Amino acid sequence: MTPEQMVQRSIALRPDLAAVAAAVPPGARVLDIGCGDGALLAWLRDTKSVEGRGIELEPGKVAAAVSRGLAVVQGDAATDLPDYPDAAFDVAILSNTLQAMAQPAAVLLELVRVARRAVISFPNFGHWRVRASLAFGGRMPVTQSLPVSWHETSNIHFCTVDDFRALAADLGLKVESQAFLSGGVRRGALLANLMAEQAVFVLAR
Amino acid sequence: MASSAPDIAPDDSRFGLDRLVRLPGAFALQSGQGLNGLDIAYETYGVLNADASNAILVCHALTGDQHVASVHPRTGKPGWWARLVGPGKPVDPQRHFIICTNVLGGCGGSSGPGSIDPATGARFAMAFPVITIRDMVNAQGKLLDHLGVGQLLAVVGGSMGGMQALDWAVAYPARVRNVVAIATAARHSAQNIAFHEVGRQAIMADPMWQGGAYLADQPPVAGLAVARMAAHITYLSEAGLTEKFGRRLQDREALGFGFDADFQVESYLRHQGLSFVERFDANSYLYITRALDYFDLAEPHDGHLSRAFAGVQSRFCVVSFNSDWLYPTAEARRVVKALNIAGAAVSFVELDSPFGHDAFLLDAPEMNRVVDGFLKSGA
Repeated sequence: MTPEQMVQRSIALRPDLAAVAAAVPPGARVLDIGCGDGALLAWLRDTKSVEGRGIELEPGKVAAAVSRGLAVVQGDAATDLPDYPDAAFDVAILSNTLQAMAQPAAVLLELVRVARRAVISFPNFGHWRVRASLAFGGRMPVTQSLPVSWHETSNIHFCTVDDFRALAADLGLKVESQAFLSGGVRRGALLANLMAEQAVFVLAR
Repeated sequence: MASSAPDIAPDDSRFGLDRLVRLPGAFALQSGQGLNGLDIAYETYGVLNADASNAILVCHALTGDQHVASVHPRTGKPGWWARLVGPGKPVDPQRHFIICTNVLGGCGGSSGPGSIDPATGARFAMAFPVITIRDMVNAQGKLLDHLGVGQLLAVVGGSMGGMQALDWAVAYPARVRNVVAIATAARHSAQNIAFHEVGRQAIMADPMWQGGAYLADQPPVAGLAVARMAAHITYLSEAGLTEKFGRRLQDREALGFGFDADFQVESYLRHQGLSFVERFDANSYLYITRALDYFDLAEPHDGHLSRAFAGVQSRFCVVSFNSDWLYPTAEARRVVKALNIAGAAVSFVELDSPFGHDAFLLDAPEMNRVVDGFLKSGA
């Protein structure tokens, strides 16, 4: 391990990314969709020896990821995923991106086509603070996990934990595991639809 | 991966600037024809390390040459890619052993239409066999054998150089660890071929061309200059031309109502044409543009580019520029898609630049950052 990698290893992942990373087995072939600057992929490579690939829309972030030595392709998951062969990966990751997709259902199906498992994290729109903001404030919520106001956000398809479960069921996808976070801390599944700020699901066909 | 550790004495005449080697024997070409002996003009920078694992081949574009990072002996200009290749740059002679050859068919000293045909004792001219990108790559392979380089750390190229880089990975999968292909394509499009045909016809329409048999001191300068002018437009973008010249007039206050270079853009193009003929040979221009037009990696695979890449072992870094309409991003994406299907490790980024195809030769800090990171992680 190079000193650079040791430093990288010692840097803790963001809690939601850590929850995603926990669902990735060592040595897996991983596709990270919306991989940003590659923080998660680099961490997975350096600590779990995964063979990672990424897709990212923003050129500057792609450049940052490539300069970390990652294989990242600039592009849009919605248009580029069909180019990937079936079962090319063990795990496809969609981290905090589903809610920005024009066709979330189609993307979910693509994820479980190109990979045997899909790990999806998203902000839970059913969280009590979101509900309170709407119910009592009468305004679209601006919270820690939804920091951008409604007219500036790229998030166009919010869902709650229960909505996501219903969609997975509708698509015939199996929920292999699930994890929830609140205030950056893992919490149980009890009342997740109300209490979880973020959710991480592992889906399989 | 080299089989033997080459012990390089500092005075080894194989290494350094402005080298020329004649590799004897038959050199088979894709056309079925062949050359009896192969001249390769090249330069090397840096030192090949003990296990010959730090070699980077840099491939030049249509009108480039071997002087990638050294002063051009004829024009006195700095190396054509000194922004990417040099001390402290992504391709660095302090770390890498860098090789740049004049392509087969070129006019910088490598075998080409200006070379002497050993069979006749006269210049080949149009008797020189038509060559291809693969022939250029094979010639470079022969030079690497001569230099004791088994496997390349990387092949790096832009435009036609990028085509050579892609073709290297296909032709010699085990000899290339990393490929950097910038502002390039896996085939020449109809539009690419069309522009080249304009250039070739301009040369051939010049009476001085003489069927290619012009004397060295009486070349078809008018035809070659027009060819360069037409091609040069394809290297720039409309926005770039507008920003640089607009409709501004050259050395005058009003339209001249004649056919002098009224507009700055006309003056600029004429200058580009005239300065080009001083450093380039018309017949070489015909042969190299032909090689480009013939290039289509997918052609031997019924048009399936992913099959062409099926056996590659290299990592790839593909870069395009958003204002490049000669080899546009769509073509780069086609390459990336095919590499993905082939399961190759590929990175791709489209960079923002107003300068069109030429962007890869200009100051491009993002490009340098990407190439640097890619090469460092693939060492």
